[in-house]
Amino acid sequence: MQKTEQVQYNRAGQRVVSPDYLLFEAPREKQFMTGSEVVKEAVKRASVDASVSYPITPQSEAAHLIGELWVEGYVGVYFRGESEFGVMSEVAGCSMAGGRTITTTSGPGTLRAMENFPMWAGSRLPLQLVLMARGVNSPLTIQPDNLEISFLLDTGCMIWHAENAQELFDMILAGFAVAEQPDVHVPVITAIDGFFISHTREAVMLPPDDIALPPYNPYKSPMPPIDMEMAPGRFLRDPYVMKSNYISYASHTSWQFEVRSAIERSRPYAKRYLKGLIEEFGNPEAEVVFIASGTAGAQAKEAAIMLSEDEGIPTRVIRLKTLRPFPGEEILQAIRNAKYIFIPEFNVIGWLEREVRRVLYGKTNVPVVGSPRVAGGMTMPPEVIVKEVLQTLGKEVKHVV
Amino acid sequence: MSYEIFKINEDLKEFMPEEIVDLEEKATWGNPKRGVMDLPYAKELIEEHSLCAGCPESAAFRYILASLPNPEDTIIVNSTGCTSLVFPHIALHTVHSLFGNQNAIASGIKRTLEWRFPDKVKDVVVLAGDGATVDIGLDCTLQSFFRQEKITTICFDNEVYANTGGQESGMTVKGHVFKMAPKGKQFDKVPMWQIAIDSGCHYVVRMTVSSPKKVEKVVKQAIYIAREVGPTYLHMYTPCILEIGLNADQGLWEMRQTDKERFKFFEYMTDEAKEVIKKKKEEGLL
Repeated sequence: MQKTEQVQYNRAGQRVVSPDYLLFEAPREKQFMTGSEVVKEAVKRASVDASVSYPITPQSEAAHLIGELWVEGYVGVYFRGESEFGVMSEVAGCSMAGGRTITTTSGPGTLRAMENFPMWAGSRLPLQLVLMARGVNSPLTIQPDNLEISFLLDTGCMIWHAENAQELFDMILAGFAVAEQPDVHVPVITAIDGFFISHTREAVMLPPDDIALPPYNPYKSPMPPIDMEMAPGRFLRDPYVMKSNYISYASHTSWQFEVRSAIERSRPYAKRYLKGLIEEFGNPEAEVVFIASGTAGAQAKEAAIMLSEDEGIPTRVIRLKTLRPFPGEEILQAIRNAKYIFIPEFNVIGWLEREVRRVLYGKTNVPVVGSPRVAGGMTMPPEVIVKEVLQTLGKEVKHVV
Repeated sequence: MSYEIFKINEDLKEFMPEEIVDLEEKATWGNPKRGVMDLPYAKELIEEHSLCAGCPESAAFRYILASLPNPEDTIIVNSTGCTSLVFPHIALHTVHSLFGNQNAIASGIKRTLEWRFPDKVKDVVVLAGDGATVDIGLDCTLQSFFRQEKITTICFDNEVYANTGGQESGMTVKGHVFKMAPKGKQFDKVPMWQIAIDSGCHYVVRMTVSSPKKVEKVVKQAIYIAREVGPTYLHMYTPCILEIGLNADQGLWEMRQTDKERFKFFEYMTDEAKEVIKKKKEEGLL
């Protein structure tokens, strides 16, 4: 039979292309945009069926812009929910009903919605949450701080952390491509550090907006969509759920392991669509190594340049793109030559340091310095990182911070 | 889709459990006139349940599922509590996710199914207890009414948190002693049917489930109105015989008593709802 290529269009009239084409092959044009605006651009090219919104700084603008896409016909369902708890349940309903679904939230909203996230994962919903991290109360703060990511680490969702607006754009598209793999099919949280990315304008390269991801096919889901279009999964005379017996405990246990295994199975797909779970920057032979994610990674790169150029200290940055799955093997491989590991973070508890130490335990004796750490809206100038390194190495600090 | 989804592959039929085969052969599909009178003859859409013997809620479940006008395209959303013990026994697509978010889940499902299947009717029905509907889930319940979601919400009011062992709920009668209200409840029963009216429901009923035919009528009316106009709310007394100290054969007696007092049949409908009922009567569906 002769192979013919059929051009397909989504319901918004955009030409359907493969994720590979959209992410890697389509010609791109330079634009100057905020992180909130690139969320709109990504959703516009993602054949999204549904989105529910709720106001909270700094994610509100991204949520408004998804609403504009609904008016323009690019998104099927859109409305404002009653609270983040309600919204995260509403988007769960949208996803259960077989729609490709995205929402956004920040800080206290994330905590308000918390009960929903393990439910999403346990229900195997390939939902996407764009998380624009901010501080959590009290005292009241609306400033950048990514403490909330720590609370999400063990919800059973994939968690990716973008460094800039460009990466956020690509991650939103890649997020659907990975989360909807039948052998993955768990939610993906694409996180950025609020304000730093959401509210600042930077150059981004975007593919044309008349092409889009293939529409979601809910019938490839490992769980039947809730639409009465296929036989219901359960109708049991003697269901084991809710019973106090061994098989019910064992079933719940194995399902929880299965959700975590699904995240592990996302590794090859995430590697392909994100071009690796980590980014390595700087001198591969360097003994001073930074491990960081998000904007802390960007600041670490600035510091690495200053250290090598101004101080003659070769340095290397390992920037994590994914936190779940956690790139432990990649880190162990990348720190072979390290004598010092520095972990700069935008939160007070140092969740990344904790994660990295867990991977390094028993594998290496390299000292880990969980510093500098800033929070509550403070910025992290590269000079602060440089100072930390120089002091640890016992060198003179020349920069004025 | 249609009841075709319940058809079993011929080659596998001999290996299928009896109740699944019965669903294909003896259930009432594709007939909007189905009702509680089918119960003795047809395969029910609820399998042997795990509620207490004589539980009025189990009777309510049977009447409601027998009355759905469009079961082959109906989604049931449950919540936590005694109702969550029943959802695996229902032969339709059901959801249990969290305690109190049932109307939010139902909103997302209804809107997305409308988007995915613009030419089809998909009914979404919420079945939850009084704790889920009025206490922990009040926000989601009322907000779905405010938003005019086209869903039917049915509250099984047993006036207590039964599944957790008999604690006071907002629907408990004032003065009644339950756990967590050791001095008796200090405030009045929440008039949820009135709140539903004020919140924008187009059809509201308060009743007990002592009369199966009456349950059938209000369920069908509520679903038809929700389909065409907006939110509908049914508040049904399904006493917890365990927690109020009655025997398995006394549930019906208890409901008949309350039929005359605090659960006296009450029905409200908007003019738009009346139009729908008139039309459906003309079509012979009510």
